[in-house]
Amino acid sequence: MDASARAEAPGRPEISLRAARPRYGEKIIKGLLVLAAFVSVLTTTGIVLSLIEETIVFLGDVPVGDFLFGTEWAPLFNPPSFGVLPLVTGTLVVGAIAMLVATPLGLGAAIYLSEYARPGVRKTIKPILELLAGVPTIVFGYFALTFFTPEILQALFGNSIQIFNALSAGIIVGFLVIPTVASISEDAMSAVPQSLREGAFGLGGSKLQVTTRVVFPAALSGIVASLVLAMSRAVGETMVVMIAGGLQPQWGLNLGQSMETMTAFIANTGKGDIATGSIAYKTVFAVGMLLFLITLVMNLFSIRFVRKYRQVYE
Amino acid sequence: MTDERQERQREVPERGAPGVRLDVHHGDSAAPGVEGVEPKLRAQREAVFSLKEVTVRYGTKPAVRDITFDIGETEITALIGPSGCGKSTLIRCLNRMNDLIPGAAVGGRVLYHGHDLYAADVDPVEVRKRIGMVFQKPNPFPKSIYDNIAFGPRVLGMEGDMDEIVERALRHAVLWDEVKDRLKTNAFGMSGGQQQRLCIARALAVEPDVILMDEPCSALDPISTGKIEDLMLDLENEYSIVIVTHNMQQAARVSDKTAFFTVELDEDEKHRTGRVVEFDHTEKIFTNPSDPRTEAYVTGKVG
Ligand SMILES: Nc1ncnc2c1ncn2[C@@H]1O[C@H](COP(=O)(O)OP(=O)(O)O)[C@@H](O)[C@H]1O
Ligand SMILES: [Mg+2]
Repeated sequence: MDASARAEAPGRPEISLRAARPRYGEKIIKGLLVLAAFVSVLTTTGIVLSLIEETIVFLGDVPVGDFLFGTEWAPLFNPPSFGVLPLVTGTLVVGAIAMLVATPLGLGAAIYLSEYARPGVRKTIKPILELLAGVPTIVFGYFALTFFTPEILQALFGNSIQIFNALSAGIIVGFLVIPTVASISEDAMSAVPQSLREGAFGLGGSKLQVTTRVVFPAALSGIVASLVLAMSRAVGETMVVMIAGGLQPQWGLNLGQSMETMTAFIANTGKGDIATGSIAYKTVFAVGMLLFLITLVMNLFSIRFVRKYRQVYE
Repeated sequence: MTDERQERQREVPERGAPGVRLDVHHGDSAAPGVEGVEPKLRAQREAVFSLKEVTVRYGTKPAVRDITFDIGETEITALIGPSGCGKSTLIRCLNRMNDLIPGAAVGGRVLYHGHDLYAADVDPVEVRKRIGMVFQKPNPFPKSIYDNIAFGPRVLGMEGDMDEIVERALRHAVLWDEVKDRLKTNAFGMSGGQQQRLCIARALAVEPDVILMDEPCSALDPISTGKIEDLMLDLENEYSIVIVTHNMQQAARVSDKTAFFTVELDEDEKHRTGRVVEFDHTEKIFTNPSDPRTEAYVTGKVG
């Protein structure tokens, strides 16, 4: 039967392919979603622009070389000095100590939960771990200052540890970010298809071999993402370093001594009343801008890393 | 015909010289029947596996029950039957793959060359070194072709030149010529059929004794399927192969023995359990089955 014959067939009801009624609901939802996306983009842009603006003003007063490469940070002294390196090293040292703690413990927890724990154990432990991420950071800060430093570090290392010190702050920030590493890495490893594990077991692999040689590499992009996020959190962490790390900028790597991080400086300076347009006000923005750039570079770096080493498994 | 049935019940008929194949395997499955069996007797093969009243449960529900038959050395044994009758469950008992499923429990005895695979002192990793497995969906690792093959030998710490081991395995699986120029590229760039042959090559690289295949061709096109069937027939002289298939032509083309599974509702009609209806020489199953249920299935009346 060809098309014309079919069209002429008697008694066939007319066919309409248009929508029975207009779908306004979908348009409204779509509009709201676009709005949501734009709000976050606009906020970010606004923050960055205000940082840039004040930083430019700051750099009008302080030569950029003095700021970036100077090794003495005393912006509120007389005469002031604006070498930001002690803050940068303070930040990186705390971040590094934190990651030295969080990487093995977080990944260990993730591997245990994803590959070794029985389902019941996983269902209990994972929410508890994630709850840890919800503990206010100030609690961690006072835990570091009133317990960890005196009872553990000073008991172990004696006088070489001051009451405010980088080591305690770094280690406790590390504990703070363990749930970030563990939870996201566990998700990534659980998402590796069971068929890959079966393939590897089928070739005579032991549990450890299957985990380290198949599951871990297959989940690597998620694992790296978890580490980057943890690093960003550690670098951006403020409360713990302010409370337990002291607020003395240190140009050096003495972990037993007080030091100041970029975030601690910003929070501490910003909390007093500082006049808009004063030099203290401007340093806050300049340091904030630098912190933003450092985390941005870290993120870009790791995105490239993840792209390069990601293993696509389906 | 009655003679033949009695003979089957007495003992599995013996076959002629090793390596002699029956025409029926390569050709039309409706070809010579009962009379064909007599002149093609083979020496009795040793059993690689002896299943004795094997029952597998998931939780408390048995998925297959009371399975008893022997799987011969350097033979191809096919497991056929409708979906859900427990073929995968049973084949996964043979290399302790169902250890990976929480709640799966194996009852009865699975003997491998006389050793109970589920004895307390048996290490499943040792079992799987000897008994390789190819799965329904090709599951190459997200690594290069080379690293896929080298995975097993590396894990087992096999001696020898890795390049040679890889080449040998790929030649064995008749894949070498297709991939020799791109060994370092990701295995996911291969076609589905090539991926499945890679998985077979990967299993061969560790020089197993047995290869288990769970519907290895069900995700493949007919040409790839043909290649894998040819490969199985090549490998049969060196390896014992157990294959699950729901393609009856495939079972007829490649296998020496066939076990036909079915599902039965249990007494309270709530739970379905798989059982073996008939286990015999493949040509017997396909041309002169003893059980009417087998006949209905192989002639396409049910299932
Ligand atoms: N991991 C599992 N957990 C619980 N039940 C399962 C599992 N795997 C299979 N089963 C059940 O066991 C029965 C047999 O399944 P299976 O062995 O996959 O059959 P086949 O391979 O013959 O299609 C089915 O009823 C199925 O639902
Ligand atoms: Mg199956």
